[in-house]
Amino acid sequence: MHEANVAAFKAGYHFGETTELFAHAYRVRPAPAAPGTYRNVAGAQALAWGLIAASERSGLPLFYASYPITPASELLHELSRHKQFGVVTIQAEDEIAAINMALGAAFAGQLGVTGTSGPGMDLKAETLGLAAIVELPLIVIDVMRAGPSTGMPTKTEQGDLLLAMFGRHGESPLPIVAAASPADCFEVALEAARVAIRYRTPVVLLSDTFLQNSSEPWRLPDVDALPRIDPGFARPNGEGFLPYARNEHLARPWAIPGTPGLEHRIGGLEREDGTGNISYDPDNHERMTRLRRDKVAGIAEELPPVEVDDPDGGADLLVLGWGSTLGTIRAAAERVRAAGHRIATAHLRWLNPFPLNLGEVLGAYRTVLIPEMNLGQLALLVRARFLVDARTYSKVQGLPILAEELEREIVRILDG
Amino acid sequence: MAEPRTETTRDGVATLTKRDFTSDQEVRWCPGCGDYAILAAVQSFMPELGVEPHRTVFVSGIGCSGRFTYYMDTYGFHGIHGRAPALATGIAVANPDLSVWVVTGDGDALSIGGNHLIHALRRNVNMRILLFNNQIYGLTKGQYSPTSEEGKVTKSTPFGSVDHPFNPVALALGAEATFVARTIDNDRQHLTGVLREAAAHRGTAFVEIYQNCNVFNDGAFDLLREKSQGVHNQIRLVDGEPIVFDEGRRCVIVGDNGRPTIANTDEVDPEQIIVHDVDGRPSLPFSLAHLSSGPTEPTCIGVFRKFERPVYGEAVRDQLRRAEERLGKGDLRALLHGGDTWTVA
Repeated sequence: MHEANVAAFKAGYHFGETTELFAHAYRVRPAPAAPGTYRNVAGAQALAWGLIAASERSGLPLFYASYPITPASELLHELSRHKQFGVVTIQAEDEIAAINMALGAAFAGQLGVTGTSGPGMDLKAETLGLAAIVELPLIVIDVMRAGPSTGMPTKTEQGDLLLAMFGRHGESPLPIVAAASPADCFEVALEAARVAIRYRTPVVLLSDTFLQNSSEPWRLPDVDALPRIDPGFARPNGEGFLPYARNEHLARPWAIPGTPGLEHRIGGLEREDGTGNISYDPDNHERMTRLRRDKVAGIAEELPPVEVDDPDGGADLLVLGWGSTLGTIRAAAERVRAAGHRIATAHLRWLNPFPLNLGEVLGAYRTVLIPEMNLGQLALLVRARFLVDARTYSKVQGLPILAEELEREIVRILDG
Repeated sequence: MAEPRTETTRDGVATLTKRDFTSDQEVRWCPGCGDYAILAAVQSFMPELGVEPHRTVFVSGIGCSGRFTYYMDTYGFHGIHGRAPALATGIAVANPDLSVWVVTGDGDALSIGGNHLIHALRRNVNMRILLFNNQIYGLTKGQYSPTSEEGKVTKSTPFGSVDHPFNPVALALGAEATFVARTIDNDRQHLTGVLREAAAHRGTAFVEIYQNCNVFNDGAFDLLREKSQGVHNQIRLVDGEPIVFDEGRRCVIVGDNGRPTIANTDEVDPEQIIVHDVDGRPSLPFSLAHLSSGPTEPTCIGVFRKFERPVYGEAVRDQLRRAEERLGKGDLRALLHGGDTWTVA
């Protein structure tokens, strides 16, 4: 009898594990207090709806091309259900086709988006470089899973930050934004679209398996109050058209096919500043390389400063997080504070560029602890950028960090 | 900005000219390259379509053919190696009013980009794909390509290639392309005729162009390209016409096992001569594609197959329209508030 039960349990468990029938994992949180209308939302839903919202608020049709991959397929499924919003979804023949289709649609004046997970990000790298040099708006979503290689496709990890940051040949900077909670996926999608369109740049949006499949109560936004996004298409002005002229954001004109008088050619070869003609001129290449870097770095000018949560004041330890560890960090901080300790926390939404005040914030604490579901990728960036001796708390088990695990680490440091 | 190049006829109607499609960029192929002839033919031919340059998009990949986009004064996107059909799919689906042309080569389309090519063909995206086949890697200075013949001696195959080549026309037919044709770079009239038919086709039109690389693979197509030899060895396919060539001396008949075979016209019953049919059974164009094992034998040129089936971008838009009819125009507020909600006062 016992053996039969265990066998049945295992069969059911492995069936569930293999088929992923249960798309939602529920996390019970304290009841929200702020007045408003709430609903439950999963990360994949919120992300898809955020993209639809970005399409509505920009007036750009949403074009989503993707190749099935766990756990990002959920986005393709969700978006393909909403064609009444004019959403084009294409199940491409492969990851490379998916991003190229999205980039082609972007060239033609649509909100081009592709979504994938780690193995697909590897394949998209060359086209991300192309998107960076042609300077077109594009959103590339990486729902991170445990790697390397096929790794553990159904398990969560934050292992792709450095891939997003550096995973292309040449100097190829891209803005990187990460969602911190299921509901936050909605806002992050809007934010990614806004930056992609304003700066004419591909944006990497990082989510992860845990966020994708988790749900949380979400106070619904007033859709009419969501920010409008102006695509700002180039219009003929009777003068010579310079496809690589730049505005105050260092962004170039988005001149879409069908516009008379703005015929121009773009491509992966280095462009001459201004004219966009092919150029192998040494000084021009250096200028363009720096312009591309400065454009992405300049996004920081409009980012809100990173906020520090230090209710007691005078903390020596700052816990800095990014992505889906937000809930864990908050819960751990509550526990540690309840035990009488003082600690500060901060969470990054933008990983590239960093908020302008980040260096100052980090410098104000004796110890900086960065919990990550990787071996210290944000820590590497922070140490390199700010010469801060940040500590890493790592967990790479394909599982989220638990509040009590982080609590133990914080207390160990505070006691140390 | 240069002065307007469009000419105006006496009755005030603007007509396009070759200059409207010619960019100010210096053309940088090797002197004598077959690409010059194709470029000139395309630039001369585009005006007759009546599609303005601003509604025309050329998309290319990597290789000598990739530079083509820079020489057309249209919208252009020079992508990465092999991915032009995917880029072009995005463009064509996003904006159905555009005339989208992909320019690619044998390495670009059949090696690194083979997957995108066959999937574009099966989807039947509304675009034209011009494959410049020179049977060699030119831009990387002379390695064998996926269309090089077996035994080809190149820098990367000093003992000869042991790879079996692709037959691009057969491959396109196998991918169920709705328009498949072959033409030759230096035969302006034939090339333009095929382009004209390709432009008029709804869906993906695939055109293989035999193109001489005079630096790394000179003379590969001489049997067909050189006037004195071509007249005997080009088998010109014309829909509805018996397949005869070599100034009528030879023809194509159904041979053993139903396989098309070359025969002397005066030795066969005229009834035996195959009548070309672009919209008939798919086995005919496929077997015609295999009539020769390469351009070193009498080879078919012209339109092999042409038929209609749903066009990808149109099907995509139909689905959007039907969804809106059935569900009403998307309402973001209703989407977010759908399902269970609760209110905190």
